[in-house]
Amino acid sequence: MRTKSSTDARRRQTGRRHPLASIALITIGLLSTGGAYALLTTTASAETTTATQQSISEGQKLFAANCATCHGMTAAGTEHGPSLYGVGAASVDFQMGTGRMPLAFQGPQGAQKPPQFTQQQIDDVAAYIASLAPGPGIPDEKWLTGDSNTALGGELFRVNCAMCHNVAGAGGALTEGKFAPALKGVEARHIYEAMVTGPQNMPVFSDTNLTPQDKADIISYLKFLDENESVGGYSLGSLGPVSEGLFIWIFGLGAIVGVTIWITARPN
Amino acid sequence: MAQHDSEHDIAAGSELDTVAERTVSAGTAVAVPSGAFENPGSPPDRIRATDLDPKKEKTAERRVGGLFLFSIAASIFAIVAYIIFPIVPGDLSSVRLNNLFLGLGISLALISIGLGSIYWAKNLMKDGEWEEHRHPTRGREETREAAAEVFRLGNEESGFGRRALIRRSLIGALVVSPLPAVVMFRDLAPAADPVALLKSTVWDKNVRLMRDPSNTPIKASDVTLGSVFHVIPETLANSEHYIEDKAKAAVLLMRLKPEDLHVSADRADWNYQGIVAYSKICTHVGCPVALAEQHTHHLLCPCHQSQFDISHEAKVIFGPAKRPLPQLPITVDSQGYLVARSDFHEPVGPSFWERS
Repeated sequence: MRTKSSTDARRRQTGRRHPLASIALITIGLLSTGGAYALLTTTASAETTTATQQSISEGQKLFAANCATCHGMTAAGTEHGPSLYGVGAASVDFQMGTGRMPLAFQGPQGAQKPPQFTQQQIDDVAAYIASLAPGPGIPDEKWLTGDSNTALGGELFRVNCAMCHNVAGAGGALTEGKFAPALKGVEARHIYEAMVTGPQNMPVFSDTNLTPQDKADIISYLKFLDENESVGGYSLGSLGPVSEGLFIWIFGLGAIVGVTIWITARPN
Repeated sequence: MAQHDSEHDIAAGSELDTVAERTVSAGTAVAVPSGAFENPGSPPDRIRATDLDPKKEKTAERRVGGLFLFSIAASIFAIVAYIIFPIVPGDLSSVRLNNLFLGLGISLALISIGLGSIYWAKNLMKDGEWEEHRHPTRGREETREAAAEVFRLGNEESGFGRRALIRRSLIGALVVSPLPAVVMFRDLAPAADPVALLKSTVWDKNVRLMRDPSNTPIKASDVTLGSVFHVIPETLANSEHYIEDKAKAAVLLMRLKPEDLHVSADRADWNYQGIVAYSKICTHVGCPVALAEQHTHHLLCPCHQSQFDISHEAKVIFGPAKRPLPQLPITVDSQGYLVARSDFHEPVGPSFWERS
């Protein structure tokens, strides 16, 4: 900013030349760079900066009414549920957004069911949990578009995810009643949040393991699978030898047995 | 096949059998005089509807003809479908339609021929039971003598028995001719001692642990609690036998709370602040064991449900595997990247004969 003179200010009659303009500009500049820095460093801190105090207190009420039985009044955990310090808004959004929380009953694994809260209520609880301790925040929309590198996403999925979730994302069994759910039709946001937070027995795939771009690629691969029918024809659930074997044993062998009986039967 | 033609053993096309009459069927274990076997007690022949009713016979004939005509139509359909649904390069769904309709047409065409033939045989071809004698396997004396004569003449005319040089050199040439194949097939065996190959991997002291597939090094601080990294050795990229070496060297990297780890004394420095690396190759039959559960610290092998407990040095807690997964000793280098301390201390993967 050039040092202003009173003649300049009178002639141009612009706000830029006002005596307070420099101070205003500096203030705006500091706020925007600080805000951008806060936004860009971690999504977690972005979440905490955007959450209003009203949202947090709404969330606290919802938490006390619906979650505190297991997680404790201060979210520090009880013998029935883990501590929620540091799980972040992403974890809340995933668990409540997919209906896994609140649990219907204690079992090997929380089941997916229709969400019991509105998105606004979930956001409020997420804001409350995020205000307790820093954790992974709601993912940025730009990673969720599903239009990045599908081929690389497929490779990353096969290395990191396919052993549990099946190469076509059809899901699979784990130990003692636990299972990796099918990924067909799961919202991109929830896929991202699951990778970041490692819900239930899923391992965590933090940004130091799979970068946000890697996660976006994986989401693109899963969206590609959702949108494109199997080129090999009917996929029988993409379960591999289980469903394919069952099909050929029942219908293939059944047809052979039927034809054999017909060939050897005497005509009337 | 002639019916009630019991005087001769008739084998169609056999000239010899028509020459002389035989009374026993030679060359078979049981010699049965012609027409002398007992009725095994089968129910009497049923007369088919098509034998009695000319109308039904006509219908059956039309059905057979219809199936054959349908086969023609299906063949033409296959050709038309191949033209209507061409394979568009780059469009995988076009391959699907092309294959589906082409395959459907060809299958229907062939199946209709088969079904028509069987229906024809069952309903229209001559029905009933008749005797059919076994063809004797031993030729008659004249035939045998004639055959021997052919050989004798051949030997005489070619001089095979007489010209020892030609005979012996020919036999020698025939014996030697398969040798190139032996040399060739010998080369299919591993050049080096397979036992040594099974006992070592490309892991070595100060080889960095890299992310699979991006091949980037991993800082110890990158491995957050509850994380699972799929790891390949840094030197794998330069390997001449990439797939074989990767198959042995694949490693799973996990971070547990140090208090969750039960470390035996001789492995005290094999983990780095709760970060442990284990071979991904199942000790049962070598499937990749990578189904990791964050809270139970169990690894599940998807092939035969062997389970390994990472908090107890990958000991087997369920399933057919007998030995724990081999642990890769790790530490960090001066730049903070995870590196191996050495190769695995035991062979990875399933048992083999020479594994001590």
